[in-house]
This record gives sequence, C-alpha cells and structure tokens, in this order.
Amino acid sequence: MSSTFDTVASIISETCDIDREKITPESHSIDDLGIDSLDFLDIAFAIDKAFGIKLPLEQWTQEVNDGKATTEQYFVLKNLCARIDELVAAKGATPA
Amino acid sequence: MRLDYFLLIDRIVELKLGDRTIRTEATVPTNSTIFEGHFPGHPLMPGVLLIEAMAQTSGWLLIAMSKFRRIPLLAAVKEAKLRTVVTPGQILSVSAQIVHDGSGFAVTKADITCDGKPVSSAKLTLRLIEFPNPALRAGMEKIAADIAFPMEIIHG
Repeated sequence: MSSTFDTVASIISETCDIDREKITPESHSIDDLGIDSLDFLDIAFAIDKAFGIKLPLEQWTQEVNDGKATTEQYFVLKNLCARIDELVAAKGATPA
Repeated sequence: MRLDYFLLIDRIVELKLGDRTIRTEATVPTNSTIFEGHFPGHPLMPGVLLIEAMAQTSGWLLIAMSKFRRIPLLAAVKEAKLRTVVTPGQILSVSAQIVHDGSGFAVTKADITCDGKPVSSAKLTLRLIEFPNPALRAGMEKIAADIAFPMEIIHG
C-alpha cells in the first residue's frame, strides 16, 4: 500500500502540478485536490502503465452514477491504492 | 479533404486491427475559403487542421477497434509538432497507432508525412463514448463508406 501510494502520489503531483506534500492517503482526488476528469485520464494512463493494469474508470463512474458506490470508495487515495493493489494482485502483475 | 465539412481524411489506405494501426490519405484542396485568410496571397494549411487530420485518423482506428460501437472525441493534444508548412495540392499520408487502450479513453501517437518527409506529429488522448443516437452512427457509417472504411474487418 505505501509503495503504491508513493507511486500514485508522484504521478498525481507530476501530472497535475500539485505539491507532493499536499497529497495524503486521505486526500479525495476530486474534492480535495481539484483533479478534473480530463486530468484523471492522464493519471489513469500513468497508473495503467506503472502497474500494468487497466483502471476500470467507466465501471466506477457508472457505479457512482447509479448510486451503488460513492466517489470516496474510488477517489480517496488510500481507497484508490487499495483498488490498484487488488487489480495488480488479480492480474499477477508487478509495479514497473 | 472537404474542409468546409471538416472532413480531413479522403480515404483509409490501411487499417490493421491486430497492430492497432491505421494509415489514411488526405489531399489538401487547391481552393478553400480558409486560404483566403490563411494567408492572403500565401495559402498555408493551418496547423490546427493538421492536428485535426491526425485526430480523425486516430478516431477511425478507434471506431474500428470498438466495432463501430463507440465514437471518439478528442480530449488532449500533447507534444504536437508542426515541422514544415503544407500548401494546397499536397498529398498527406497520416498514420496513427494506439499506444494505450484505457477504460473509456485511448492514447494514440500520430504523424503526417508528405512525399516521405515528416510534416507533423502528436500524442493524442481521445475519450470513447457510446453513440448518443442512431442517427449519428448512421451518419458516421455513411462517411465511413465514403472514405473506404473496411467495414468487413469489424464483422469478420
């Protein structure tokens, strides 16, 4: 988790020009960090490449829109990192 | 090119789903009102339209990859380079390849050459959405037929 978080935080910091110190596991990428959907595509691209996975953004968005999930479940960074770890484990991939 | 209809691609020359690549051809028209302003007495193809040609080429590849179920919308242009001027009558070869197939988006690398010489290149991000209505899909299928979109490869 911690190494996943470090990688994700670095990606967000570099992609969105946000001070690394402002990014914590409790940060909500949308509400706290102000990341919009276009910037999140860049983040997803970088995460997909770094971890060898495919973040299911469309599925997550649909679940949120349908009221089956909250944005916190996917976009608070500690939760996002947990989802990434699950996807990596499911694929048997290792971070690049 | 039919610049007045914003159709930048004349025909698909090659589309390889397995390689996730496409090559199209586009001839810059000799006459267009665009050249009356860009520039008076010195017609040059606007660079933004070269980027659009790369976006449309990428788009046809993505439409093929989705088997005509999704329409791509240009979302980001990165590292765009316009290496040389393009003038009326020139025949452009536009290529694109998918470098990342994400969830609801894709990233492509595209370039344009003319007589084998590099003209332009860019990295493009396109969102992929469901066709919002059947009329749009039907309209796109008509354009696809006009540019020799190989409809058989998405059925076979």
